[in-house]
Amino acid sequence: MTVKKHNYGTAILAAFEYLLEKYPEVFVIGQGLWSPWYVGNSMTDLDKKFGIKRIIDTPVSESACTGAAVGASLAGMKPIVVHPRMDFMLYAIDPIVNQAAKWSHMFGGQAHPGATIRCIINRGGEQGAQHSQALHAWFAHVPGLRVVMPSTVSDARDLLIASVLCKDPVMYIDDRWLYEQEDDLSPVVELDLLSQRPMITQDGSDITIVSSGHTSLLAREAAKQLDSKNISAEVIDIRILNPLDADVIINSVKKTRRFLVIDSGWLSGGFSAEIIAKVLEKLPVDSLLIPPVRMALPDAPAPTSRVLEKDYYISTNDIVKRATDLF
Amino acid sequence: MKNDLKDLSNPEKCHGAVSIANQDIGSLKPMLKSMLLIRKAEQHLALGRKNGLIGGPVHLGVGQEAIAVGISQNLKSTDYIFGAHRSHSHLLALNPDFYRLFAEVLGKETGFSKGMGGSMHLYDQQNGFYGSVPIVAGTVALALGAAIAAKLQETDHIGLAYIGDGAVEEGVVHESFNLAKIQDAPMLFVIENNLFASHMNISLRQPSDMISRFAVANDIPYKLVDGNDVVAIAKASKELIDDIRSGKGPALIELVTYRWYGHVDWRDDVDVGVERSLDDIENWRKRDPIKRLSKAMIDAEMWSQNQEVDLNNELEESMKSAWDKAMSDPYPSSDATLKYVYAESKNDS
Ligand SMILES: Cc1ncc(C[n+]2csc(CCOP(=O)(O)OP(=O)(O)O)c2C)c(N)n1
Ligand SMILES: [Mg+2]
Repeated sequence: MTVKKHNYGTAILAAFEYLLEKYPEVFVIGQGLWSPWYVGNSMTDLDKKFGIKRIIDTPVSESACTGAAVGASLAGMKPIVVHPRMDFMLYAIDPIVNQAAKWSHMFGGQAHPGATIRCIINRGGEQGAQHSQALHAWFAHVPGLRVVMPSTVSDARDLLIASVLCKDPVMYIDDRWLYEQEDDLSPVVELDLLSQRPMITQDGSDITIVSSGHTSLLAREAAKQLDSKNISAEVIDIRILNPLDADVIINSVKKTRRFLVIDSGWLSGGFSAEIIAKVLEKLPVDSLLIPPVRMALPDAPAPTSRVLEKDYYISTNDIVKRATDLF
Repeated sequence: MKNDLKDLSNPEKCHGAVSIANQDIGSLKPMLKSMLLIRKAEQHLALGRKNGLIGGPVHLGVGQEAIAVGISQNLKSTDYIFGAHRSHSHLLALNPDFYRLFAEVLGKETGFSKGMGGSMHLYDQQNGFYGSVPIVAGTVALALGAAIAAKLQETDHIGLAYIGDGAVEEGVVHESFNLAKIQDAPMLFVIENNLFASHMNISLRQPSDMISRFAVANDIPYKLVDGNDVVAIAKASKELIDDIRSGKGPALIELVTYRWYGHVDWRDDVDVGVERSLDDIENWRKRDPIKRLSKAMIDAEMWSQNQEVDLNNELEESMKSAWDKAMSDPYPSSDATLKYVYAESKNDS
């Protein structure tokens, strides 16, 4: 057994360390940074290593902190604002959607607020409706805001670095249900966020399974089980939700002719619909053997009670079953 | 940070019996009992969480019981009361039905929110409790809206929001102060200043430890009171609430206190608290709101150690059976997740 040096959480930490060491204009602002139990192992001791001037723990003021990050980026800094839960960030919609996402366009491309907004999907544990939301589809709807969802250990590090180095505002969304994943990390190569696109994480020929964030982990696990049932699944991790480059997915669906999209948000008006639309509008009507299938959360807030919570979220088994039913 | 709270925030001060001048057993005993009940109920929850019987987080307010109990002496079931993440006491001070609290925290259908909310989402409209939620400051403007409704409806009901010292850092709280004042809304802002927002001491978050300064800024009448003195809280809030009911507009009351447990669950969280020490916790335990009242009552010979032991035992016993009952209650049925999303839907049977 090889020893895995990193997990998803420490990969994020490695990105912070890399950025803070190499780029003096990077600073981090958000709640909990001086006692980061909120964010798993992804920010441990940054305050001690880089000082509390650059690692700023804040009052409970999401709106001001996010706006401040956007403003600092206009003044030459590369700020990362951290929201330990996506739900808390909803107080900060204005600086994200009205300001950062519009800034370049409104002023004729003369200024670009390159702030990175790191927010975490953190659910389960009977926390319920206001501590569980996966709202990536909302944000991916907004032109001007790049939306990134890493699902692998290496993406956790490399896409955070790419997000921070990108000139545009980027929302980087990680998911606490991914933190246990382990992998080795090679030395950092700075990626250009603009050339990142959906990635085939497993080749296959019978069905295309597309997903993002935590559902990509589930999809990878499901694909292994499908293999043992002689179903060869091609698994695609979206990674960059906005702007979305669907070519990889289109080519895969052309090949497999079966199409399953899994999303960690709600079904209606969700990102799964966008994926299917972007693909099908580019394909002849008879491309698929059967209609495309979406798996997402029921159109209801997250319940707290353990029995309801268990049914609410998608499991690997659900995916295997749904995929098998398509044959 | 400016230490404007002086002795009120000094853990070595205010340890003695509270003043019960002009008070009788008829008003004091219910407050003592209510505080004891809340404490014991929360200690049950702490244990249930520790033992893994409770699946979700519980934010306990042990040490802060005097606030909800003192304030609630002056509330009516027709008022509009809103809470936050740490609201067990807010509800139990209005309705001592700890069985339904236990059931809710365990995710059971018989709970205050029909098992759909757990510890952080409580509801009991019949007793004036219009909801508690864990988005910090999420209910402050809602309580204000209810107050404005009460005014439009020409009632003497009031809106009330329990607000932490951390919640005050959200912009919406300041918008609400201003709007309440300009609307002359019948609204009481109850500031529970326990000097912490999760791990962080107020000295690291605000330039003064006194939240009442925002009342001054908005020309809102206020009182700053020892949050572990239930008698003083009941008295001060009565004056403010009487004024609010008689149409004098909003008021604010700031209560200085401390939570004995950590931010969430049963640990003391000394390790994750920035500027939280075991010494401080020990000293704050000496400012115990229950002991300080009980001592005053015993000193005045209107209450005895034996009576307190009996009361404790009685509560302990009924809580044990309530807990067992809640444990064996049913979970919500599987259609509940979709059933409650809208008031009604076309295919409801
Ligand atoms: C909008 C939002 N931001 C952050 C959090 C995380 N959080 C939960 S409770 C809390 C501290 C609140 O402090 P305070 O209002 O003083 O209440 P206390 O916990 O002291 O009772 C924080 C930051 C949250 N739940 N909602
Ligand atoms: Mg507090």
